Amino acid sequence: MNQNETVVQLKGITKRFPGLVANDSIDFELKKGQIHALLGENGAGKSTLMNILFGLYQPDEGEIWINGKQTVISGASKAIELGIGMVHQHFKLVQPFTVAENIVLGEEPQKGLTIDYKLANRKVKEISEQYGLKVDPQVRIQDITVGMQQRVEILKTLYRGADIVIFDEPTAVLTVQEIEELLEIIRGLAAEGKSIIIITHKLKEVMALADAVTVIRRGKVVATVDDMADATEEKLAGLMVGRDVSFKVEKQQSNPGDVVLDVRDLTMNGDQGKKVLNGMTFQIRAGEILGIAGVDGNGQSELIYGITGMRKTHGGTVTLNGNDITHLTPREISKSGVGHIPEDRHKHGLVLDFSLSENMILGTYFDERYGRHGFLDFKMMDKTAQELVTEFDVRSSGISTHARALSGGNQQKAIIARELHKNPDLLIAVQPTRGLDIGAIEFVHKRLVEARNQGKAILLISFELDELYALSDRIAVMFEGRLTGEVDAHERDDAKLGLLMTGSGKREG
Amino acid sequence: MEMIKKIFNKSSLLVPLVSILLGLLVGALAMLAGGYDPLLAYGSLFKRVFGSSYHMGETIRAITPLIFTGLAVAFAFRTGLFNIGVEGQFIMGMTGATLIGVLLDLPWYLHGPLAILTGALFGGLWAGLVGYLKAKRGVNEVISSIMLNWTALYLANYIVTKFLLEPGQQKSRNVHESALMSIDWLVQLMDKARMHWGTFVALACVLVFYILLWRTKQGYELRAVGHNPDAALYAGMNVNRTIVKSMFISGVFAGLGGVFEILGVFGNQTVLAASVGYGFDGIAVALLGGNTPIGVLLGAVLFGGLSYGSNGMSFGAGVPSEIVRIVIGSVIFFVAAHGIVKFILKPLKLKRSDKSKEAA
Repeated sequence: MNQNETVVQLKGITKRFPGLVANDSIDFELKKGQIHALLGENGAGKSTLMNILFGLYQPDEGEIWINGKQTVISGASKAIELGIGMVHQHFKLVQPFTVAENIVLGEEPQKGLTIDYKLANRKVKEISEQYGLKVDPQVRIQDITVGMQQRVEILKTLYRGADIVIFDEPTAVLTVQEIEELLEIIRGLAAEGKSIIIITHKLKEVMALADAVTVIRRGKVVATVDDMADATEEKLAGLMVGRDVSFKVEKQQSNPGDVVLDVRDLTMNGDQGKKVLNGMTFQIRAGEILGIAGVDGNGQSELIYGITGMRKTHGGTVTLNGNDITHLTPREISKSGVGHIPEDRHKHGLVLDFSLSENMILGTYFDERYGRHGFLDFKMMDKTAQELVTEFDVRSSGISTHARALSGGNQQKAIIARELHKNPDLLIAVQPTRGLDIGAIEFVHKRLVEARNQGKAILLISFELDELYALSDRIAVMFEGRLTGEVDAHERDDAKLGLLMTGSGKREG
Repeated sequence: MEMIKKIFNKSSLLVPLVSILLGLLVGALAMLAGGYDPLLAYGSLFKRVFGSSYHMGETIRAITPLIFTGLAVAFAFRTGLFNIGVEGQFIMGMTGATLIGVLLDLPWYLHGPLAILTGALFGGLWAGLVGYLKAKRGVNEVISSIMLNWTALYLANYIVTKFLLEPGQQKSRNVHESALMSIDWLVQLMDKARMHWGTFVALACVLVFYILLWRTKQGYELRAVGHNPDAALYAGMNVNRTIVKSMFISGVFAGLGGVFEILGVFGNQTVLAASVGYGFDGIAVALLGGNTPIGVLLGAVLFGGLSYGSNGMSFGAGVPSEIVRIVIGSVIFFVAAHGIVKFILKPLKLKRSDKSKEAA
């Protein structure tokens, strides 16, 4: 077999949805053993294209050639037959089943009328060893980490004989270490002769991994890069967004004022009686951003719940501008000057079936401004919403649009607009750019720094080290419900940070 | 005018309409299979409903409780709660009204209103209990409200037999004249059909339902909790209290339905052998009406009309009136499985777009 053999060729693929052309005569070519990145912002049409290749959509125009033969991919089963596998962003696994059961699901080896579990386990073990994907076939999905679950998804495609594997935003749900491991796995697959397509909007991964890149913007291919020596992050970002992008967040030296938030010895007991917060102590002053680094699940969410009053704390105090807010209700805390950009904007930040204008007053609707005597003043609501939408450039077809219809970036803009409109003294931002594309990330970062410059205290929790270093004035590290130390936010030292994040650093503060 | 256009343009209206047609079709097939003439049957059904002023009045009488129970189900649903207990709350409403109506003797301007309020309160508290159990103890409202249906049934029967029984009969003593809610001149006008103020209260409740949910801050809270309790909590709303409130209001609607059955229609309460069924029909009405106030009103008109007209069907065409339950059941089925309706509509839509393409 020739290494330069083309395994997938898409010619002039066009897919229209009501009111939008998702793919506009796209050409795409994947060579054998290649790792080809499909790069583009959210909504650019990457996923649509791959869903066409995987048989989930039918193109309106264009041709699909697999291994040199023109084909119609009528459904996922046809795609699998052709040796195409897809690892979806949201895993499709049966939680109470074991790893092996999930992998063989639908193609179980049979022994008489029953499933031959021994053979299934052995086969899974074989494949996992062949490709260096270590998993225990006999554990249940619900007991393994997200990273492991993803390996199971990859094994599923390999078990079905996939030679072409599509990864849809594979790193979105992974931790830093898991991402490293995944990149290794993908490289390994390519080395074994598998051809890989990876859908992503993360430039770092593209640079680290890809042999070729196709950049899509608004349904059209804007560039195909075959030689990665020609590519730089800046250049790709520019192609993706359609204008120059600066990765540097413009930021002056901070000028901290009085202490706004003072957390002392905050403890919280978890469900099993274990302390999920174990004596958190820190302060944030007006006009500074405190970043909190740490591996997910070390009490970050609980810290936020504790400060905002959504869960009971069991010891310690939270003081805002000198007033004790430890045991107030969430509304009282919010009213005393706390804004909150929650981690999960769909679950906590918005009511998706409410209009934009209804969402804009979610935390302030009880205010007299929005109507007296228990009635809502729609004029006032709409006026506020219109102002915020304009100021924060929330793009939608109008303020009566349901929040559900907005893109992730615009939803996040709406939340930030709402929270800043409350004019809080303390702004809590948890993973404020999760799942956003470059343009939106740039916007969010700019707004956060602006808020800080206006003298707000900002508590930033993020799992993206780049983001923490770009924004924070100070970075504290959290491990098992307490702070294990503080690092210099101006001189990046990942090694030291890594030690603190795993609890092996020296204890300070 | 724009408003009306908007409402009728929506596909949300198309699905129920097609479902009704399909439901009637299924009913017709069932009749054909049984050797009956569906056209004659449906003809006599409509004749019964519109045939005379008495029957028209009685149809309205049959529709009224369905408006109340439909609103009750829809209201809870808007807050994300499935109130299966409307039946029990309806019965509690009946019982509250009967208690006041029979035991007290007050001037009319006090007696009627007090009986109505008590019945509404009984219904509200009965549902509020479900809300409380859910909010404070995490008990699923479907389970507790179903169980409370039976509790309500036997509690009502106990109260009637123990305190209110008309000697020698399986029903309560009659409610005092001063508490009755019938509209005498309208009764005369409609040829002795049992017309009562409850119908107007029901229509007022349709309006209250709308204003409360979409015009007030309370309603904003209720809807926010219904759509996304997590976000409501983040916004500082007291989700548990909202759940109790919503159930209470839902129960008040249901209770009012029961109240007017006693004060407006029967004048006494029988010892019930089984549930009255209005609560369960309310679920269907709410579903058909898409949980909107106007939708509930239209749904109640349809269901009430069909049920009442079904007697005419057996009278005029010899078709057992249970056939109408098949029609109603199929309509619910098609509304619930609207995918099927859309599937049936698809070829029609395609043809239309083909034509417009050709035109272009």
